[in-house]
Order: sequence, then C-alpha cells, then structure tokens
Amino acid sequence: MLPSSLRRFTSARVGLGRVGTAQPSGAQLAFNAAHAAARDAVWSLLDTQALVAALPGPVLRVRSQARDRREYLLRPDLGRKLHPEDAAMLAGHAAPGSLVFLVADGLCATGVQAHAPALIRAVAPLLGLPLGPVVVAEQARVALGDAVGEALGAAAVAVLIGERPGLSATDSLGCYLTWAPRIGRTDAERNCISNIRPEGMPPAEAAPKLAWLVRAAMELGETGVALKDESPNVPLIAP
Amino acid sequence: MAFAHTLGGTRYVFDDLRALMARATPFRSGDALAGVAAASAAERVAAQYALADLPLRHFLHEAVLPYEADDVTRLILDSHDTAAFAPVAHLTVGGFRDWLLAEADTAALTALAPGLTPEMVAAVSKIMRISDLVQVSQKCRVITRFRNTIGLPGRLSIRLQPNHPTDDARGVAASVLDGLMMGAGDAVIGVNPATDNIETVQRLLSMLDEVRARFDIPTQCCVLSHVTTTLLAMERGSPVDLVFQSIGGTQGVNESFGVSLALLAEAHDAARAQKRGENVMYFETGQGSALSADAHHGVDQQTIEARAYAVARQYAPLLVNTVVGFIGPEYLFDGKQILRAGMEDHFCGKLLGLPMGVDVCYTNHAEADQDDMDTLLTCLGVAGVTYIMGIPGADDVMLAYQSTSFHDGLYARAALGKRPAPEFEAWMERVGIGATEAIPAALSPALIGLS
Repeated sequence: MLPSSLRRFTSARVGLGRVGTAQPSGAQLAFNAAHAAARDAVWSLLDTQALVAALPGPVLRVRSQARDRREYLLRPDLGRKLHPEDAAMLAGHAAPGSLVFLVADGLCATGVQAHAPALIRAVAPLLGLPLGPVVVAEQARVALGDAVGEALGAAAVAVLIGERPGLSATDSLGCYLTWAPRIGRTDAERNCISNIRPEGMPPAEAAPKLAWLVRAAMELGETGVALKDESPNVPLIAP
Repeated sequence: MAFAHTLGGTRYVFDDLRALMARATPFRSGDALAGVAAASAAERVAAQYALADLPLRHFLHEAVLPYEADDVTRLILDSHDTAAFAPVAHLTVGGFRDWLLAEADTAALTALAPGLTPEMVAAVSKIMRISDLVQVSQKCRVITRFRNTIGLPGRLSIRLQPNHPTDDARGVAASVLDGLMMGAGDAVIGVNPATDNIETVQRLLSMLDEVRARFDIPTQCCVLSHVTTTLLAMERGSPVDLVFQSIGGTQGVNESFGVSLALLAEAHDAARAQKRGENVMYFETGQGSALSADAHHGVDQQTIEARAYAVARQYAPLLVNTVVGFIGPEYLFDGKQILRAGMEDHFCGKLLGLPMGVDVCYTNHAEADQDDMDTLLTCLGVAGVTYIMGIPGADDVMLAYQSTSFHDGLYARAALGKRPAPEFEAWMERVGIGATEAIPAALSPALIGLS
C-alpha cells in the first residue's frame, strides 16, 4: 500500500510523494496556489457598494482609525477604535434596545462579502429583539463593535468579521456576540461562532445558533464565559 | 538607575534597565506597538553600546519587573546559582559576548547555565549577529530522555504534529502514519486538539498510546490541552506521557494562560508519578504573548520571552519550543523579524540549559513565505536546534498556519548530516522505513484502524 492511500482519511496534505527529500513539483505548486489565494484574501477589500446593496434595511458605513491595510495589520489598537467623525454620525441613529449587526472586513473580506448578508437574512426572523441598523465597517477588529454598539445605544452587537485565512479556507466568517456593548469589554465577555462558510458551518446552520445565543443573553443579561453554548448541536460537516 | 551613551555628538539617556534593554533590541513590530522600541536607528546602537558596557552583576541588582510584584522575577533571582555564575561574574555584557565566542566550550556552558539569568542572556543576544548566535548555540548541549534520547550531538528530532480540524481519530492516524514514513516523530507525536473538551482529549490520548504500542515506537505522545485538562485526564486514568502547557515570562501572562508556578509544579509531580519517563514536561512559548495579554509592563518582547525559559527550566522539560511566527505581524512583521526572533529564542533557551526546539512558522497575514522558513530552518539546523515540527505538506489544517513539513525535516537532516534520535533511528531500520516507497507490513494501516 502506498502513502497516497492515506489521503481519503484527512484533508491534511498526506501522501504527497517525494523527489529526493523535496515535494514533487505538483504538490509544491498546489501549496503555492493556496498560499497565494490566502495572501490575496488578506489584502482583499470590501466591495462596500455591493455589500450595502445585499444587506437588508438601513445600512450605515463606518471606518476604524487604521488608515490602510498595513497600518491595520501593525496596529490592532487602531482597528478597535471608531473614526471620530463616524462616532458623531452614529449618535444621530440611536437604536436603543436593538441588536446591531456590525459587518466588518477583519483579516479577510472575502467571506464577509459572500456570507454575511445570507446570515443576517436567515437570523432576522428568529430574533427576540428589534433589529437595529446594519453597520458596515472597514479596517475593523472585533472590539470596534463595542464602540459602535455603545454609540447606537444597542442592547447587543453581533460582529460578523472575516477570519484569518488558512490554506484550505479563505472565506471563513466569525460571529462575535456582545451583550451591552461598551468600549473596554474583553473577549471573555463575548460568545463566538466561528468557521461560518458553506464547507464549515453554513449560514443556515449558524443562524439558529446565533438566535439561541441572543435569547440566552437576554435572559442572562450578559454574554461571555457565563453563557455556555448549549444550543442543539448541529454537527460540523467534515471537510 | 539611568544609563547613557553619546553617539555622533548626541547623548542618549535610558531611564532604567527595562528601557535600555528595549531600546537596544533589533527592530520588531511588537516593540513598536508597545511603544518601547528605539526612536531611531542611532538610538538603538547607542543603547547597544551602553548595554555592552554593563557588568553582568548588575542584572542581580536591578530587575526589569519588581521582585515584589512578579513571581517570575522572584523565581529568577531566588534560584540564581552564584557559584555557577563565578566564571563570568567579572565580565560586562560585551565581554560576555567575546567570552562566549572565543573561550567558552560545551563543558563550560553546561556548568554556567544555572548561573545565568534570562536578562543576561537576552542582553548579550541583543548585541549579537545571526552568525554569533549560531556559533554559540552550536556549543550548547542539552540532553533529555523519555522513551528515547533527545539532543545528542549530530541528531535532529522532529515533533510529528498530526492535527485534524475535528479531532477525527482516523484523520489523526493517517497523518501520524504519513509522518512516521518520513522519519518524523522522535521528539514527540503531539496533537493540538481542536477543543479542550476532556472527553475528546482522553479519546486522543488513548488513540495515540494505542498507535505507539501497536507499532512499538520508541517515542512519546502528547495531547496539547490546557494543563488542568491534562491533570484531569491523568486523574481519570488516561495514558499521559507528557504534560503540555503554554507559558510566558511574566506573572500576568501566565495568569492569562490560566496557570501559576504552583499549578505547573503540581502537574510536574503528577506526571512524574505516572512513572512512564524521566523528563515529563513540554512547554511552548513565543515572543509577543505578554503584550497580547497586556502583561508586558513596558519590557521588550524578547526579554520577556527569555524570562519564560526560566519558568520552563524549573520543571526539567523533555521539550521546549518557541512558536516563533504564529503570533502575527503586529509582533513580528515579516520574514526578517521572524528569522531574527527564532535564532534569538533558540540561543537564549540553549544558553539557559533548555532542550530548545523551534516551530519554524508563519501565518498568512505576515509578510513571509516558504523561502523565509527554509532560511530559518537552515540557520537553526546549523545552530544545532534540538527539534522542529513535522506537518503534512507544511499546512496545519486545524490551526490554519504553515510550519515545517515532513519533507523539510528530511531536507534538514540530509543537508546537515543529522540523524534522528538513536532509539528511533534503530526502530525505523527495524520496521523498514525508507527501504521502499510502500508502507511496510509492520506499519500496516489496518493495525491502527485505517482500512
């Protein structure tokens, strides 16, 4: 039996064969192609116009204080802060008691562009509290949701953000739910659903999970480590 | 105490040891993010001059973090071996560099290790070039044992890292077999579980132990769960060879990892009580973790990393590795910064007496690629790195980053004339690995549930 027969058991790059000690040219080029796709995904930009058109309801647009991709990568602190002009703009759209969606590019815009509208449309009818404005953010980290949620007076914010691309997936979306968003909240005060994408957790499966978390957060009055995810388990589809 | 140096007519002043160490550090993005990097290239060299003039004894009198406030500082100073320090006690940092390069031999460095503090080692590394770091690292010898012997001269070991996105037993087993077929696994067969769920961890522990027993491999296994999870698994009777934990160089960063020195001691005692092997701990570290946890207190990330090694050596680990490029570009921006950090970490760990390996790696948002990893791997191999990682095709499908492949391990051994741990090498020969491309009968996939 050859090592290549191991390939059916895992998505890992097993049984590649070898030339001397090196990988055969085909395997090496396939790796390069996957890395190139991941690199391009990191530097991909949100097509905000198309995204706004695909999203339901009134959509607001904001920026973080990171001016470009390089600064965003080097200064995570700036990606968590709202541009001062946008903070003032949001104050004029207060939505007390609502759930606000922040749709953010994060480390990869591809998945946000592709999956965020479907997730929001699927979850909206399942929510137990009013839907606030959908906010689209550029050069954003997860904690930008705290500033946005606070400016809008939201009951909760759900940040839908592009996850760091790997070689096997460049369109993964993460969802971070924070109850009573305020600047200074920590990651321990959030609940997360990760790997949202058709081959991971499809948006149609993530939607009931998120709705369950929102209802649980309303009852508990908080999110984070105190809120254990006991939603009915939908098995991950094996890659 | 303040330090100063005049360079090109400008007098540069550094308020204390912490500032001096930070300003003297070769540039990296994490120190800039923390606001502790030198403001100019000239200031950096001025700090290096001032640091070179500093007597090594000074590090026993001024701590970068207060003794009262930080248990890692207390550990460092309380465990310092004055007698071992004596041969270099009269030297400055600059003089220490010269001594390391010109005079020190393996026996002297082995005897000196308990007399060195992490800050002394970090300081001298800041005025050393890559070639300096390579030459001194080569003279260090650290040998550890479990079911085989790691760190002997002329040997390069490999951790087989068979991760799977859903911890699927057959998926993990397939990667294990693929790695064994390419000579990986003599450092450890170590899985990062996708979740810290205790049942999953126990299932993986049993499965790895079974694979090891069925193939009769002279190596050790590890599931890299949190130390508290591993303690629970031991309590419940799971086969635990090594206890894993991520650690850092300040009390605060260790708290952010959910560990204390007392908890690590408890885990060490529990693992020793299993009576499965001699060195029972496996630690991972990496520059930037303290800043990431907001527990750096204005100390530069390389100095804090060296302090993590003082924590590690307290528990006589089998293996320690820095996961150098995993943390991301805000701490190490590109291939150049990752290269420098990897060589520093290996040097500092070895000088402090640790069995130091390096996860030669990068993420997709860092400015790095396979060429950068080949360069770091080659430099580390020449420096005598204890072990590296082995991952199918360099692509970790669970952690979504790139490390060294099984092929890279073959390359490093072939290019540098290195061999696996002797017990493992004899086993490879016995079962017929490398003789043909086909999987030998002794390693039949059916034996480990792959059919």
